[in-house]
Amino acid sequence: MKLAIASGKGGTGKTTVATSLAWVAAQTGRTVAYLDCDVDEPNGHIFLRPEIESERPIEKLVPEVDPARCTHCGRCAQACRYGAIASLPQQTLVFAELCHACGGCVLACPVGALREVPRPIGQLRIGRSGQIRFLEGVLQVGEAMSPPAIRAVKSAAEAADLTILDAPPGTSCPVVETVRGCDRVLLVTEPTPFGLYDLSLAVEMIRVLKIPFAVVINRADAGDGRVREYCDRNRIFILAEIPDDRAVAEAYSNGQIIPQAVPTVGKHIADILEQLAGEDGP
Amino acid sequence: MKIIITSQGSRLDDQVDPRFGRAKQFILADTESGQFAAHDNAQNLNAPQGAGIQAAQAAARLGAEAVLTGHVGPKAFAVLKAAQIAVYTGASGTVREAIATFKSGTLVAAQTADVEGHWN
Repeated sequence: MKLAIASGKGGTGKTTVATSLAWVAAQTGRTVAYLDCDVDEPNGHIFLRPEIESERPIEKLVPEVDPARCTHCGRCAQACRYGAIASLPQQTLVFAELCHACGGCVLACPVGALREVPRPIGQLRIGRSGQIRFLEGVLQVGEAMSPPAIRAVKSAAEAADLTILDAPPGTSCPVVETVRGCDRVLLVTEPTPFGLYDLSLAVEMIRVLKIPFAVVINRADAGDGRVREYCDRNRIFILAEIPDDRAVAEAYSNGQIIPQAVPTVGKHIADILEQLAGEDGP
Repeated sequence: MKIIITSQGSRLDDQVDPRFGRAKQFILADTESGQFAAHDNAQNLNAPQGAGIQAAQAAARLGAEAVLTGHVGPKAFAVLKAAQIAVYTGASGTVREAIATFKSGTLVAAQTADVEGHWN
């Protein structure tokens, strides 16, 4: 099963839940892969402390103009949805940092004046944390486009019983790229007005993508009951409510694996895995 | 000489729009004949990214030789420079006033962008 851990709001506990699920699942003997797709700021490694075995650059393909062939017709600039090409009467300029590597401009060029060349945008790091296969993408500082890096992380992962994709926060392209192709999505939220508002955006996004999802309420007794009411009203399944616990905060601050440090949380995590396994087997 | 003034409206008495890439309108004016035409920039105004680049491309395609605006970022400046369009930043007041100041010959063309890009 490919399971994405996402949330609208940042700081709700995606990485805590994702690394906990990976650790508990590995304890039960399943093959587990943890993919840190939050390539702008991957931090799963803080908890999983993997041994990195290999590292390679992540590249995206960007267009390069052959000035000898270019007729300055402007079709490439018209095709680019991202405004990354300026077609001037005498010259065609490419702003590679804005390119999403879709290849549309190359298809649009009627004279074959564009070819795709690789441009390094980050690093792919592959290793192991105990029994857990660990992969993370690290976007280079100054790069604005994370989806190609997320694609690189996803395509480098070998099949496992359970593949956990730790998504970036938000509801835009990087999140869509992460959850696309997943079997299930867990939306981690917190019982605050911010948590609820951003959860509702994430739900809208996942419903468009038509991926089955459930909600995990983290620090469940810290705020109010509105997230629960929202889920009931919209027939959204709450898979787990993890209580607010000072011991969790302390373990988190020390970069510990939560279920290892706080066994009561481990029970909630094991329960999530059991429910997921119960519905169609991970 | 054909110049573009970024404007908040389509008339000469409208205020200069201080933003280049996301200006509401481009006023294309001929400094000799006094004729002018407004060109809507809504497509770039609402673009998620690349507004400056595309606005600069539009300026080049309109045949402008100079641009009068408030501020220009690095990518737009690079395109305008490649198109050999002179850039005058710091324009304010109405479009009519900006044109008059330009015609008085006291303005000095910018050598670099005067604001930072949004991505860096």
